[in-house]
Amino acid sequence: MRSAQAAVRMCGITKTFGSVVANDKIDLEIYRGEILAMLGENGSGKTTLMNMLSGIYYPDGGHILVDGREVSIRSPKDAYDLGIGMIHQHFKLVDVLTAAENIILGMDGKIRLDLKSVGEKIRSICGMYGFEVDPEQKVYDMSVSQKQTVEIVKVLYRGADILILDEPTAVLTPQETEKLFAVMRNMRDDGKAIVIITHKLHEVEEISDRVVVLRRGQYAGGMATKDTNAAEMTNMMVGRAVSLNIERPEPIDPKPRVIVEGLTVRDADGVTKLSDVSFTAYSGEILGVAGISGCGQKELLESIAGLQPSESGSIIYIDPKTGEEIQLLGKDPREILSMGVMLSFVPEDRLGMGLVGSMDLTDNMMLRSFRHGKSIFTDRKTPRSLAERVVNDLAVITPSLSTPVRKLSGGNVQKVLVGREISSSPTVLMTAYAVRGLDINSSYTIYDLINRQKQNGVAVIFVGEDLDVLLEYCDRILVLCGGKVSGIVPGRGADKNQVGMMMTKLGGEK
Amino acid sequence: MAQILSLLQAAIVFGTVILFGSVGEILTEKSGNLNLGVPGIMYLGGIAGLAGSFMYETAAEVPVPWVGMVIALACALAASLLAGLIYSFLTITLRANQNVTGLTLTIFGGGVANFFGGALNNMAGGVGQISVAATSSAYRATLPFLSSIDVFSALGFMVYLAIILAFLVSWFLNKSRKGLNLRAVGENPATADAAGINVTKYKYFATCIGAAITGLGGLYYVMDYIKGTWAIDGGIEKLGWLAVALVIFARWKPKHAIWGSYLFGVLFWLFFYIPGLTRSSQELFKMLPYLVTIVVLIIVSMRRKRENRPPESLGLPYFREDR
Amino acid sequence: MNKSAVKVPLVRIVKRDTIAVWRSWLVRLIGLVLALAVSAIVIYAIVHINPLKVYSAMFEGNFGTEKRFWVTLRDMMMLLCIGVGLAPAFKMRFWNIGAEGQILVGGIATAGVMIYLGKSLPTWELLLISLVASCAAGALWGFIPALFKARYGTNETLFTLMMNYVAIQLTSYFVAVWENPFGSNTVGIINQQTKAGWFPAVFGQQYMMTLIIVMVLTALMFIYLRYSKQGYEIAVVGESERTARYVGINVKSVVIRTMMISGAICGLSGYIAVAGASHTISTSTAGGNGFTAIIVAWLAKFNTFMMIFVAALLVFLEKGAIQIASQYNLNDFASKMITGIILFFILGSEFFTNYRLVFRNRKEAR
Repeated sequence: MRSAQAAVRMCGITKTFGSVVANDKIDLEIYRGEILAMLGENGSGKTTLMNMLSGIYYPDGGHILVDGREVSIRSPKDAYDLGIGMIHQHFKLVDVLTAAENIILGMDGKIRLDLKSVGEKIRSICGMYGFEVDPEQKVYDMSVSQKQTVEIVKVLYRGADILILDEPTAVLTPQETEKLFAVMRNMRDDGKAIVIITHKLHEVEEISDRVVVLRRGQYAGGMATKDTNAAEMTNMMVGRAVSLNIERPEPIDPKPRVIVEGLTVRDADGVTKLSDVSFTAYSGEILGVAGISGCGQKELLESIAGLQPSESGSIIYIDPKTGEEIQLLGKDPREILSMGVMLSFVPEDRLGMGLVGSMDLTDNMMLRSFRHGKSIFTDRKTPRSLAERVVNDLAVITPSLSTPVRKLSGGNVQKVLVGREISSSPTVLMTAYAVRGLDINSSYTIYDLINRQKQNGVAVIFVGEDLDVLLEYCDRILVLCGGKVSGIVPGRGADKNQVGMMMTKLGGEK
Repeated sequence: MAQILSLLQAAIVFGTVILFGSVGEILTEKSGNLNLGVPGIMYLGGIAGLAGSFMYETAAEVPVPWVGMVIALACALAASLLAGLIYSFLTITLRANQNVTGLTLTIFGGGVANFFGGALNNMAGGVGQISVAATSSAYRATLPFLSSIDVFSALGFMVYLAIILAFLVSWFLNKSRKGLNLRAVGENPATADAAGINVTKYKYFATCIGAAITGLGGLYYVMDYIKGTWAIDGGIEKLGWLAVALVIFARWKPKHAIWGSYLFGVLFWLFFYIPGLTRSSQELFKMLPYLVTIVVLIIVSMRRKRENRPPESLGLPYFREDR
Repeated sequence: MNKSAVKVPLVRIVKRDTIAVWRSWLVRLIGLVLALAVSAIVIYAIVHINPLKVYSAMFEGNFGTEKRFWVTLRDMMMLLCIGVGLAPAFKMRFWNIGAEGQILVGGIATAGVMIYLGKSLPTWELLLISLVASCAAGALWGFIPALFKARYGTNETLFTLMMNYVAIQLTSYFVAVWENPFGSNTVGIINQQTKAGWFPAVFGQQYMMTLIIVMVLTALMFIYLRYSKQGYEIAVVGESERTARYVGINVKSVVIRTMMISGAICGLSGYIAVAGASHTISTSTAGGNGFTAIIVAWLAKFNTFMMIFVAALLVFLEKGAIQIASQYNLNDFASKMITGIILFFILGSEFFTNYRLVFRNRKEAR
């Protein structure tokens, strides 16, 4: 049962980054013997709030009380001393060290390292909750789920009794998720306070005792999980009822545009990322790609764009004018462009890949086109007028055209990127998480833009993470699971549960 | 045989200078700080030791060698620690670029050392006149129980100190708790920070203590290698950069730096023992240590073995709230 | 409120969103003034003379006579030229610490041409051939580390650093080969009688040609980096290699090409040093300028015009300190010491242009 006094009480916590208010006067309580779900869309401030508990950020305003005592958490060490441990989404492990070394990192103790006794203690913790960790194994040899286990053991080893897990299931297979949830229940029954940050409703329902919802950096509501339902939580999350009402025009005269066959890709470490992937993308339709994160979406798009060396297979592009078949595999982006393939790609990492953060709008507009013409000098007039057009047409909010794009908000950055990619009148448009972190209005702007491309006969490949969006928006949905095609379903009338099953289990079997 | 012995001796004396430099720099680089101020720190350590013992020897009627030795040691340590502190303050607290700060420190150290070295020469009555014979004799005294063995017959105590320090730093890095934390800071400061390690403190300590060890190389150079004198010939600077090279050659492992330093010494002095070399081809021979280092650097980058690579965050600043 | 305020850390560091240009220059100016004050204290502690007199002596040392003025200008051009050479590499975030070596191999090439062809070719042809040879030698010195960086990701900072010493030994080798007179261990003034391969006086000024070459280069590099397609590629690669690949820029070839350009211009500085100034070659031909220029390029934020001012400042300090040294019977190394102090302060002041401090119990002042 949950304890009477709050283990942690946060009052009026505020945090700003530059001009962005990430957390606005948030109140929150965490109890021992209870699993609390922090629910909210991407960018709603969940992680920021928890980072202030774990000492990564320092709040600009508000108080934090641990066991009724006011505290100031200036560093992760302070957090550990208060019994607070956080398992971050991006693992904080040192690759060249072993599991045991990572686990005792930063702890006080005797001068000399006694890794043997550390190993024994790790094994006993593992035995207690059913983890599997080899203390001697180097982190760079581990799978994602093994790394996560090390992270959890690390926090437990330090005697933390307030555990925060930031989207822990995003990288796990269903079986691994089940194991994790079992462990979390064990820990709760052991009297620990547990916070799970998530944006997945079914997880909230499955694992949590209480749920707190954040919306755009503000507290949107909180209640016992058993007293609420999916509709109510969604309502709090997005601020209005989710009938998405995304337009989905009928495809006009679809013809094969890109034919992928038997595509197999390994990453630099030799891990298979895509295995024997085959599908066809048609003109005038939106092909959605669904899957839990990290199961090959990135590699798939980058292979088509010529950024990812592949092991075997073929990617054929069919020229809409001449009907000529062009092999894209083994070509780099420049060669692909020079063959007249108008391929546009909105990558997941907007400022790290699609745009250059420190350059202004004009210079970013010419990223794709700066080679045009024979002159050795760049032409800045055309990109400047393009930038003006994008700013006007897509209502980009920016102080000027010479503002570095890094300074724009997420939605405006995405509009700039999509605007540029569409401007070259592509025949294939690929987008990865096109609306991630965007507010509702910006999201709809992006949906409309892509729809217009579709109606112009562009073959759109749309990688998404929100199943509801995929189901309402795409004409067909390709489901990936662990780098393999789990199935391709029509978007109209598809069953959400069925697609969800396909994402986690390959076509139902494994 | 006698030739080989004398080559070995010359190599060990030469190697000891850069062994100090590189053990200190390994400690520094393990914290993620690439300090290109090694030559400057060695300069400062050398001149401070020399100045301290010079003051003592001119003031005392009959200088006692071991007193001079202690004074020189203390001065050298203090000066190089201070140099490390300047570098740390600029790169860690004020987040100045590491390469630029290190190079500035090299310019500054060379300037200070040669300025005061020249001034000391003047005070002593002319170029090449300064000499701290008594102190230098303490540094060059051989260990009594070893002097009967040929190879050791001309080696002062600092030769052994360098080896001991290398082993100590190696033990510290690999077998101690703080050493583990330090390695984590150099590999991945964000992770170390999240694990409750005070990144700033570790970087400061590693860099300052590293600089102090590096400075001893300069002291040894002045007291033993050139026998208690001062020469404005850039000799220290050359050896300082070799110390940086040795860090790469040893793949950031202090134990490897021990034999590596002597190997560098052998390679450097080899020309002297090969008959029939012209003066010009001797110069080509002196290129060997650098060429070998380049080859090692290339092989390490080709092999991609994680344990042999530089600390992951080497040269990068760390600011927790950067985003 | 007070109760919680006590627990807020004393000072916090906050990244600035933007800073007005005048403000950032004000910060640097304050840094410079502080540096001069500290240097003055150091000077006073050593020589016990009025620091203001010292600074006027420094001025004297730079511009006291017409010859001094031109020598100051010449040294400034040399430093600027190397800085201009480093600009493209640094803009690409490639740490070319190897300018010292690139200057030396450029100098060797120039000296070689002067020695072997000096008797058989007219000066203009000699100048042209040694120009090409020095650029080629510098480019080669830049190409080698760039190739391995592009291929295997070999650390360029350490590689280029080592290349310096290979070049220094190579210089020692050629000094021994070209020794003149025998036994002096120097090359001596090459073609002292015929002046073959020397920069001719332009408008009656010995160093005018150096001035013209470097100023033209400075302008060209500015245009290259800011307006050319290759310059744009360099900027993209420097900011993000992933973006560069995404837009189809061949990162490897850009890295190699840019480093060859960088090495070539540094090699050209060796040409200027040998054919335009010293007319000899030695291991001190580069004289640490390759390292100082790194600081010049960095402080000027890779803007070649800004480098003119930084180079001027550093050369002014050096010449001035040398003057003080001879006037007050000190040695030249005082200049390096003072340069070091001033650079420390300027480097430190950069911090205050990027970050601001927020003190406890105080409103965040901008």
